[in-house]
Amino acid sequence: MTLEIKGLSVRYRQEPSLFAPLDLCIESGEVATVMGPSGIGKSTLLDAIGGHLAAGFTMTGSVRLDGREVTQLPPEARRIGLMFQDAALFPHLSVGDNLAFGLARAIGGRAARRAAVEAALEQAGLGGLYERDPATLSGGQRARAALMRTLLADPQALLLDEPFSRLDAARRAAVRGFTFAHIRDRAIPALMVTHDPADAEATGGQVLSLVTEGAGG
Amino acid sequence: MGAALHAVNGIASSTPPGRALRLAVLLAVAGGVILPIIAGLWETARAGFGILPAIGANHLSLEPWRMLAELPGLGTSLKLTLLTGLGATVLSLILAAGTCAAVHGRMSTRTGGRMLTPFLAAPHAAVAIGLAFLLSPSGWIARALAPLVGWDRPPMLITVNDPWGGALILGLLVKEVPFLMLVMLSALSQIAVARHIAVGRALGYGRGTVWVKVILPQVWPLVRLPVMVVLAYSLSVVDMALILGPSNPPTLAVMLLRLFSAPDTAMLLPASAGAVLQGVLVALSFGLLLLVERGVKRVGLWWLRRGGRGLSAEPGLMLTTGVTATVMMAGALGMLALVVWSLAWRWPWPGMLPESWSPGAWMRPGAGWGWALWHTVLLAFATTGLALALAVAWLEGEDRARMRRARWAEALIYLPLLVPQIAFLYGLNVLFLRIGISGGMAAVIWAQALFVFPYVMIALSDPWRALDPGLPRAAAALGAGPWRRLWAVKLPVLLTPILTAAAIGVAVSVAQYLPTLFMGAGRIATLTTEAVTLSSSSDRRVTGVYATLQAGLPFAAYAAAFLIPALAHRNRRALQGGGPGT
Repeated sequence: MTLEIKGLSVRYRQEPSLFAPLDLCIESGEVATVMGPSGIGKSTLLDAIGGHLAAGFTMTGSVRLDGREVTQLPPEARRIGLMFQDAALFPHLSVGDNLAFGLARAIGGRAARRAAVEAALEQAGLGGLYERDPATLSGGQRARAALMRTLLADPQALLLDEPFSRLDAARRAAVRGFTFAHIRDRAIPALMVTHDPADAEATGGQVLSLVTEGAGG
Repeated sequence: MGAALHAVNGIASSTPPGRALRLAVLLAVAGGVILPIIAGLWETARAGFGILPAIGANHLSLEPWRMLAELPGLGTSLKLTLLTGLGATVLSLILAAGTCAAVHGRMSTRTGGRMLTPFLAAPHAAVAIGLAFLLSPSGWIARALAPLVGWDRPPMLITVNDPWGGALILGLLVKEVPFLMLVMLSALSQIAVARHIAVGRALGYGRGTVWVKVILPQVWPLVRLPVMVVLAYSLSVVDMALILGPSNPPTLAVMLLRLFSAPDTAMLLPASAGAVLQGVLVALSFGLLLLVERGVKRVGLWWLRRGGRGLSAEPGLMLTTGVTATVMMAGALGMLALVVWSLAWRWPWPGMLPESWSPGAWMRPGAGWGWALWHTVLLAFATTGLALALAVAWLEGEDRARMRRARWAEALIYLPLLVPQIAFLYGLNVLFLRIGISGGMAAVIWAQALFVFPYVMIALSDPWRALDPGLPRAAAALGAGPWRRLWAVKLPVLLTPILTAAAIGVAVSVAQYLPTLFMGAGRIATLTTEAVTLSSSSDRRVTGVYATLQAGLPFAAYAAAFLIPALAHRNRRALQGGGPGT
């Protein structure tokens, strides 16, 4: 599986493009990193790839996932998972139900679905926390729950938007290792935006810098 | 650049269901809300100029206007209307602004909102009846004064229905000051008040002066529309004016109601002309408001540029806060008086409480209040359900189109609240008669929903937009389509504001008088129509029962809006304490 990005650039209304057109090819199990000064539109780049662009933004270029052109698809049809820094767990659902929301439809039957969720919780070190209120989890637990929720949807690629920046130094390395291991395990391409050079180093994948249009590249 | 070059934006990638939804909402709002108002105004205007085929009037003429002009007391009536309408609006504005300035920073928006809720929930008619009980020569105030002044019987004073409209203005204040305060507190939460006050004070201006020169000018654009709603309402109020206002001559709206319900159908023509006049009066007041706004802006800038640091405005703030507290206290005592009277048996002068109590008036639902309660509940559920469905559909349509609301759309939402009811409801009923639904439940539901929808829509819009955009986005990334995002994520997370909007909808529906009266053709009795009718009767016990029930329903709705989310989300810390945006 590969995530192929060709000539992608984003602009807001009639303003000039946020960054120079981007070409990028990410292989299965690879975590590519995008760095760059704040305000250049790193999160917007992820929004464009995932199909979440806010009103007023226009993108040009193409995004292909395993050879499949997804640029015209709505986000829910792209099968591209998304991880935020604040985890974005649904506050009205229990931890387990958050995962159940993500779990792909392909797994049928109440018992089977429940078992899949319990297994994922167990895997993330959250065993027995099915009924817990997500608001009562620690930052690290929240991040792991969000990752499991994303993976249960069986995504073909993953976008990570500064996923570890809210965690303290001690938890950071652990959650990072956990996340990258799962991505390698699944053999899906991932693209991460981060400020932290240590994050980029830990991936072992390609590292890109976004630059403004005309500044080079 | 490669072969695959696409230009994609939000609208092009939105799914066709999003477009269908938006189209459905547009049709529903245009056909269900806007068209009835315009058609109602048109039919009223036609009757005002002599064309009302139903009574055989087929010729364009100015005769209705001549008849209207010859009505005894019209001049006084117009003067009274302007006095009470403009007076109540200006006073509410001053009191609300002064009190907000005084309590802001000392009271959170949520605490303020909670204190104001009972006043917002109470229907106008119940407030008016309660005030009448309180102010009347045999009411609590006179009873409290009796031993001091030496009254051995109720004094011969005209306190309610006074010819200057004082009681009516007070009644309007009880409803409008809390409404404007709520609107202002919500506007203030969008402004960096504390920082601006700090900057102003560091430059040597007093706190009150900073409020007047810096904060209020920022608040005004955010509250202009609600102030116009208050203005239109105060100029054309019917139920409160019937209960508290002067009776001979009454305000214009009451005079028109009498003409519309006169046995002589020929009076429908001058009544319609008067309805047009009422509309013109409100339109002129809006013009006046804009003129004053412009003038104040010029004078204000001149004043601001002079740089005077001004005297402390604290005494002014204290005064307005004191008056506001008194007004709200009077409203609260009035509501209490309703309950006490409904349970009183013997209550001789000058006792502060009844000598003997009896639940007698409550024991006979068959005597009338049972049916009235049933109709009221039915109407409240139907209108609130319709309004909520339309509001959610509208907001969801905006989300899917990823559009911000256009200014004209915002104005459309307010339209039903800016046009005086009496200016178009009669004409609308003419239309309802023609299509054969007048006098039925459907007609009343439709007419009430015109006024329930704007409030529900306004109440739901801000919390809806305040929803963390990450949640639907995360759901989409997990493969949830737009409908699943709506049902499984947005609606449950927004449960609290949705139920709050529903409670507001119930309160608005329960309070409706004119739409129920006109469209129900007098056949659909609700707590409000009955309470207003009974308010002129002498049996305060029965009146007390109706008015208590009338006020009780919205309170129950607010209580449910508070309790249901608290129960449903009892294990969800992030959703406790009001949820997003409330």
